[in-house]
Amino acid sequence: MTIGRARFAFTVLAFGYAFLYLPIALVIVYSFNESRLVTVWGGFSTKWWIALFHNDAMLDAAWLSLRIALVSATLATALGLAAGYVLARVPRFIGRTLFASLVIAPMVMPEVVMGISMLLLFVGSDQLLGGPERGFLSITAAHVTFSLAFVAIVVQARLADFDRTLEEAAMDLGATPWTTFVTVTLPMIAPALVSGWLLAFTLSLDDLILTQFVAGAQSQTLPMRVYSSVRLGVDPQINVLATIVIAVAASTLIASTVLTRRIVDKRGAR
Amino acid sequence: MSGPIVKIDGVAKSFGAVQAVAGVDLEIARGELFALLGGSGCGKTTLLRMLAGFETPDSGRIVIDGQDMTGVPPHLRPVNMMFQSYALFPHLDVANNVGYGLKREGVAKTEIAERVAAALALVKLDGLGARRPAQLSGGQRQRVALARALVKRPKLLLLDEPLAALDRKLREGTRFELVRLQEQLELTFVMVTHDQEEAMGMASRLAVMKDGRIVQTGTPHDVYERPATRFVADFIGVANILQTAPRRWLALRPEKIVLAANRPATAHAATGKIVDIAYEGDRSLYRVAIGNGPVMLVAQMNTERVRESHRRGDAVWLGWSDDAGQPLEE
Amino acid sequence: MRLVIALPYLWLVVFFLLPLGLVLGLSLATNAPDLAPPVELGLSFASFKLLFTDDLYLAAWLSSLRIAATSTLVCLLLGYPMAYAIARATPPRRPLLLMLVILPFWTSFLIRVYAWMGLLAENGILNQFLRWSGLMSDPGTILGTEWAIHLGIVYAYLPFMVLPLYTALEKLDWSLLEAASDLGARPLPAFLTVTLPLSLPGIVAGCLLVFIPAVGEFVIPDLLGGTRTLMIGKVLWDEFFTNSDWPLASAVAICLLILLVGPILLFQRQQQRSLERT
Repeated sequence: MTIGRARFAFTVLAFGYAFLYLPIALVIVYSFNESRLVTVWGGFSTKWWIALFHNDAMLDAAWLSLRIALVSATLATALGLAAGYVLARVPRFIGRTLFASLVIAPMVMPEVVMGISMLLLFVGSDQLLGGPERGFLSITAAHVTFSLAFVAIVVQARLADFDRTLEEAAMDLGATPWTTFVTVTLPMIAPALVSGWLLAFTLSLDDLILTQFVAGAQSQTLPMRVYSSVRLGVDPQINVLATIVIAVAASTLIASTVLTRRIVDKRGAR
Repeated sequence: MSGPIVKIDGVAKSFGAVQAVAGVDLEIARGELFALLGGSGCGKTTLLRMLAGFETPDSGRIVIDGQDMTGVPPHLRPVNMMFQSYALFPHLDVANNVGYGLKREGVAKTEIAERVAAALALVKLDGLGARRPAQLSGGQRQRVALARALVKRPKLLLLDEPLAALDRKLREGTRFELVRLQEQLELTFVMVTHDQEEAMGMASRLAVMKDGRIVQTGTPHDVYERPATRFVADFIGVANILQTAPRRWLALRPEKIVLAANRPATAHAATGKIVDIAYEGDRSLYRVAIGNGPVMLVAQMNTERVRESHRRGDAVWLGWSDDAGQPLEE
Repeated sequence: MRLVIALPYLWLVVFFLLPLGLVLGLSLATNAPDLAPPVELGLSFASFKLLFTDDLYLAAWLSSLRIAATSTLVCLLLGYPMAYAIARATPPRRPLLLMLVILPFWTSFLIRVYAWMGLLAENGILNQFLRWSGLMSDPGTILGTEWAIHLGIVYAYLPFMVLPLYTALEKLDWSLLEAASDLGARPLPAFLTVTLPLSLPGIVAGCLLVFIPAVGEFVIPDLLGGTRTLMIGKVLWDEFFTNSDWPLASAVAICLLILLVGPILLFQRQQQRSLERT
């Protein structure tokens, strides 16, 4: 690499990462701001941290979001695994083309469109069947629907570059198709499932628009709470919350990267 | 028990419009090291995969040790396979790879450990049970794959291009090793290869395949010295194929021809001119043009050290005996 | 195996396909504020007619497309050099550089948009900096303008652009570039004739991944844009939540879908093709 090219690459990346991280860094810094005015530095303080941990409405919302994210990520991973497996391994069945489109479509569907359509579904079922009540269940169902696409894509991609003779070897050694799946296929695609689950979990935790449509009057998730607070202007407690979210996301991502690295090293990078 | 261990009856298999195997009949006896030999796309791998149960024949029957296996799934067959890629499970260590099949049979843990250790000893990998496949060399991986397939004591061991992934040096040793194991364990091996040297050197019997059919079956000696068709004569080793009459040919191996400055005292002789010489050290290959007719390939051992025996452009005599060539009708 | 196919299939039909059908049905209904839910089913095209005749809605459509297109272009111009630089970094460094691009995506979208509110406000950090440094004594307010929306979209969707570009560039055989220069191509023509065409799948995927959600974006125009800039996602939201006009909101959704069906199908085809190639 020539000097000029190296300098170009460095400049590009430095500028790009500064653009990506400067706003986040400022949010973190201002979470320790003494002043109520979020844009004026008034000295170091942890009072907004303390305030957030006494903000019951915010904590309740966080708890609800966490529960929904856990359940919906798990369900989405199970369904996404099935969908991804079918897409990668079953070349022909009736309605396959429709199925393939249905799996990917939620990924690229504008969220407002999905939101309104999901709400109409729940309103309709409420009219016809008298339930379920909008809240935890409806939000979870909505989140599963759009995050299962991401899991399915990850699983399908992993299965596509998976050496199929491994499965044949298992069957040759006496494993039934089911045992083959459990003892060979599943461990091999486990990293994909973990990252799929994490993705689904994050998407659920972060979703505002779909949730706002299907939540009903009683439930408020964390993003809904943050949104209603932010609409009124900048709020130092939100900076604190943002800092926590960023810290958790960063440490999870780093941990999972290190973990996958170790698995890959153990198995050889082939 | 007696009778053939494998009986293949009129087996055919197509993939879409491509006919991979077009009606194969074959019997393999107990204790044979049988090779299926042919170029790529000749159907040999498909035939092997049908023995293992990964493909189902469109028609015909496959009987293994007296039992019809035609519709039986791979996990219920008394057959194990060594894959060309070895297909070692990367998430399991060597011992668990080798013990995988025994575990599926529900063999007791202590017995699994014993049999795995014995199998690893057999392939000279003692003490490597805790390694991961990624930590092994290519040759070691090949032996793990072999141990894994042998440990279940299959009635039939299938080997898909067993030496293809090894480098040249390793290949020689492994060849003898496989034959030694096969004889020691008194197992039946069926291997697939595209390498005629490998098939000739290892197999007790072999079948040459072309376009989904078997063109000739026999011992390596039979197939080399008495090829049934022009294809076999040309595919196994090198042969000069001379047309003797309409639809009649003679296959003449280069080493069966004598090259001399004067007319040799053989039953047949011809004069020609050397147009090319390939010096290979132990021997030389000569391309000799007979008048305006065919160019013959002749191999001569270089028994003299000091000077080259013949030069390009020399006029020479070629001679061969009555039984040197194999007459062909196809 | 049938169950494995049926479960996700059934789920997607019930929770995705059926709801879309309901939206279509409702877009043909009429608004009935006195009922609960506020709809009267029927076969009326009134909502669609309104969408195509009222200047306000037309303006919203046009500005949505314009903002999404320019933001996508800016994303590409910013993302391509980044992806290129990462792809050409030494292999051990690539995972870290890539992770740094993905990390913001794993934090909250809402929070990332929020971060710009403090930066761009009238008395915000950017303006304070400009005044303090003397670069500008009277900088206008960016928050509440179309500029802010562009900034927000580029910022929020940049990772979606960089990732597919990187995937395409990383696969590129660099000896092709050497071959091009060996055959007499100078760096720029070599880039234009070799690198660019070979990274086209990544460019298309990246642009679609930014453009499609940007057209229907709601949070960014709502928090960063002012009342003057209308985007169609915000129109849908307001019709639904503020005006309670469900049929009109449904009609907007249907139009948005029709508008995006081309790009969505293109994206799906590319996804399938790239998956089948691996």
